[in-house]
Amino acid sequence: MSHYTAAAPDDVREMLATIGVDSIDDLFDRLIPAGVRLGRDLDLPAGMTEQDVYGHLRELAGRNTSSEDEVSFLGAGMYDSYVPAFIDMLTSRSELLTPYTPYQPEVSQGNLQIMFEYQTAISELTGLPVSNASVYEAPSALAAAGYLGKLANGKDRFVVSRGLHPHGRETLRTVARGYGIEVVEVPLADGVTDLAAWEEAIDGDTCAAFFQNPNFLGAVEDASALAESAHQDSPAVVVGQYDPICLGILSSPGECGVDVAVGEGQQLGNRLDFGGPSFGFFAASEEHLRRMPGRIAGETTDIDGKRGFVLTLQTREQHIRRERATSNICTSQALNALAGVAYLVWLGREGIVELGDLLLRRTAYARERLAAVAGVRLLHEQPAIREFAVALDAPVGAVIDYCAARGVNPGLALAPHYKEHPDGLLVAITEQRTGADIDRLADLLAEAIPAVAPARAGAAI
Amino acid sequence: MSARTIFEQGRKGRRAFVCPELDVPDRPREELLPSKLRRREPAVLPEVSEPEIVRHYVRLSKKNFDLDSGFYPLGSCTMKHNPRLHERVAGLPGYARLHPLQRPAAAQGALELMWRLEGALGEIAGLPYVSLQPSAGSHGELAGVLLTRAYHEANGQRGTKVLTPDTAHGTNPATVTMAGYEVVKIATDEAGGVDIDDLRAKADEDVACLMLTNPNTLGLFDRNIEEIAAIVHGIGAILYYDGANLNAVMGRTRPGDMGFDIVHFNLHKTFTQPHGGGGPGAGPIAVSERIEPFLMTPRVRRGEDGEFDLDYDKPASIGRLRGFQGNFGTFVRTYAYICSLGAEGLREASEVAVLNANYLLARLGEMGLLERLPLAYGELCGHEFVLSGAPMKRDLGIRTLDLAKRLLDFGIHPPTVYFPLLVDEALLIEPTETETKETLDEFVEAIAAILAEAEEDPEIARTAPHTTPVRRLDEAGAARNPIIRQEVTR
Repeated sequence: MSHYTAAAPDDVREMLATIGVDSIDDLFDRLIPAGVRLGRDLDLPAGMTEQDVYGHLRELAGRNTSSEDEVSFLGAGMYDSYVPAFIDMLTSRSELLTPYTPYQPEVSQGNLQIMFEYQTAISELTGLPVSNASVYEAPSALAAAGYLGKLANGKDRFVVSRGLHPHGRETLRTVARGYGIEVVEVPLADGVTDLAAWEEAIDGDTCAAFFQNPNFLGAVEDASALAESAHQDSPAVVVGQYDPICLGILSSPGECGVDVAVGEGQQLGNRLDFGGPSFGFFAASEEHLRRMPGRIAGETTDIDGKRGFVLTLQTREQHIRRERATSNICTSQALNALAGVAYLVWLGREGIVELGDLLLRRTAYARERLAAVAGVRLLHEQPAIREFAVALDAPVGAVIDYCAARGVNPGLALAPHYKEHPDGLLVAITEQRTGADIDRLADLLAEAIPAVAPARAGAAI
Repeated sequence: MSARTIFEQGRKGRRAFVCPELDVPDRPREELLPSKLRRREPAVLPEVSEPEIVRHYVRLSKKNFDLDSGFYPLGSCTMKHNPRLHERVAGLPGYARLHPLQRPAAAQGALELMWRLEGALGEIAGLPYVSLQPSAGSHGELAGVLLTRAYHEANGQRGTKVLTPDTAHGTNPATVTMAGYEVVKIATDEAGGVDIDDLRAKADEDVACLMLTNPNTLGLFDRNIEEIAAIVHGIGAILYYDGANLNAVMGRTRPGDMGFDIVHFNLHKTFTQPHGGGGPGAGPIAVSERIEPFLMTPRVRRGEDGEFDLDYDKPASIGRLRGFQGNFGTFVRTYAYICSLGAEGLREASEVAVLNANYLLARLGEMGLLERLPLAYGELCGHEFVLSGAPMKRDLGIRTLDLAKRLLDFGIHPPTVYFPLLVDEALLIEPTETETKETLDEFVEAIAAILAEAEEDPEIARTAPHTTPVRRLDEAGAARNPIIRQEVTR
């Protein structure tokens, strides 16, 4: 049962005759040596009709609790942001959904101009002059930034703030073995990167230094101080991972002296999709232009002098430079980056500031409301824009289950990621979480904590 | 249509986004975010209305050639039809709005889908252990070479070299360097396969891995694959399968049965994930038992009670290569595709892909076109084949590039050109199984017309395309003086 091939029996017969073979089997016998032929059917179920596939996939989807089904305060890198309807329309258009990478610029001006506009938007957002046309997502963007560092200075140590997303730190450790680079972690103090330890860890042998802003616990880092200290007597490339929405109001990497800014683009017009596909943004200072990973679109003219766009600086790339390429990346996340630039344009110059300020104030309100609940305390008092961490006087898993059973997902348990915070809970705010949602979360926590910690609650009475 | 960017449109005060109302007590911003942490220069994003945004991007989209509109025989890219069912199911809120850190108990359907897909991909590859995590083919390659390293280190060896044929995709050597190995090139023999003598000469104890595409980028299945596997395994090295060309062999042979230890899949090629103008894709890998302990975490685990979970407790694992669980939306589409086709349909897809490629090749021969565009190697092909434009260039004075550009005027996307590198003036043609015989015939007619026209007047091809939104672009100038962003007015 083949749904998408067009070869009718008569087609097959005529085509085989043209080729000059007797049968499909004959064709494959000439292609594949006898010793490695499968000689049986794949052990997979029989094909299904379109409506049955839909039914099966819908049934599986129905066994997930999505942000459509509960009030979710989950964040930690991906956020339940609203995706404007026009973006769905754009990303489902054949002209944007179904082309390959724009290898033929004359028939890819749409894609190429969109890449150029995307690069402009990311440059504006990060305050850095050079942006590529997207990488996979945030942690692999960090890995690519580390490789840029290796190309830039050849040193052999990564210094990584513990405030960096755990997935980012793990990814850096994984690729560092291939790069031949050692990874050193700098602890947090009062919720932010310990500046003295950071300074101590970074020296003449440091290849790159990584931090996140706001960091994983939601705290705003003093990026200027981190960058300045890292640049003292060290060749280290300073890499900051940023929340793109926070960048509407947060001092930009460019303003802070950060060399490479990367981040997760999901919340810019992309769905949660259980973790992907989304995109990673990657911007850098001018000196790293020719060490950038991935595709870059550039403006040029055609032979009639008409404005046009092409893939440029391709001598960095794997298909030209092969083993000396600045990265192995080929297929990336073009469609997701398109959603990203369309979303940024939709927010606009004023909107991105308004959205940042809205999150800032709702987050402040949520922190206050939660901190006022008996058995909840803040993990840190640092400024926070859209996410914050608390500690609970009750088993976090049980509190989450209690709230989830009542339609609210209170956030992420920190314990698996930060063993020093066994009672930690990370709470994220998006524009879809209202003041009333926050009240409901606070009320539920007030109910849940004594309910799931009967021993301690009992002792208090 | 003008090429004004969105940054050159709109005016101050115009907007699309309406911010939700402040429904919590206001507080001085300075108190919440001290000014030294606050942005000084605003991000100068456009100020435009939603209708302007929609018109802008819809207009831009119309400057693209796309698979839904025309033939796209881009070799090595497997531009097969993208079923819209897949978009519908991937958009179900139970997937689309599922947070990646949702508790496994509340994500059972998603985890089961991943588990089922792993099983199906493992069966197709003939290698039972699967990680869906890598984001694209080259990311899968990086996973594979890092796994190779971990395997050798655990066995007290190291190796410093990875062998790649000179026909390899550029991602192979680029990956090898990123994973800390040295690239050693293996020559291609007269039949278009791995040069066995060269392989033997270079296969020493310092070799960690051989990366191979089979069928290779010439579209040829390596007849010596068993011997190659024996040589590679004889020196204790790993055999890696670049799955870019898996569309030729599904249900007919399996990389695992050929002796490969690690395979990556390109879900955006073989398994219909739309290419999106350069992604998203996904590059899951399947591995043999000896590689399994090192696979990336987390792994999807099915408990004895039938409950699904994510397993992080794999002490020998190389760790993560990206965030969360991978490009899950791509997994939904791939799983839907495998459900639709089933075992028989997947085999038929490969069969018709190979049939179509060989038919196209035979028709070009029948029309006498292979005299100017000879087949680089072999007689029959797999799912794609490579022609050389060298005689055409010599006899007609038009290059492969000119032929490609002229095809645009015929409403056909050109094949991959100037790859593989060892073929002079190469054209790599992959029709895929979803094209009709009529479309293939039209392609042959177009090639015939272009060659005939070039006999008369080669200038037409040399200055092509003539009907596209722009004509040939100054790529050298763009690279010499890179303008990679719009200068905005502050």
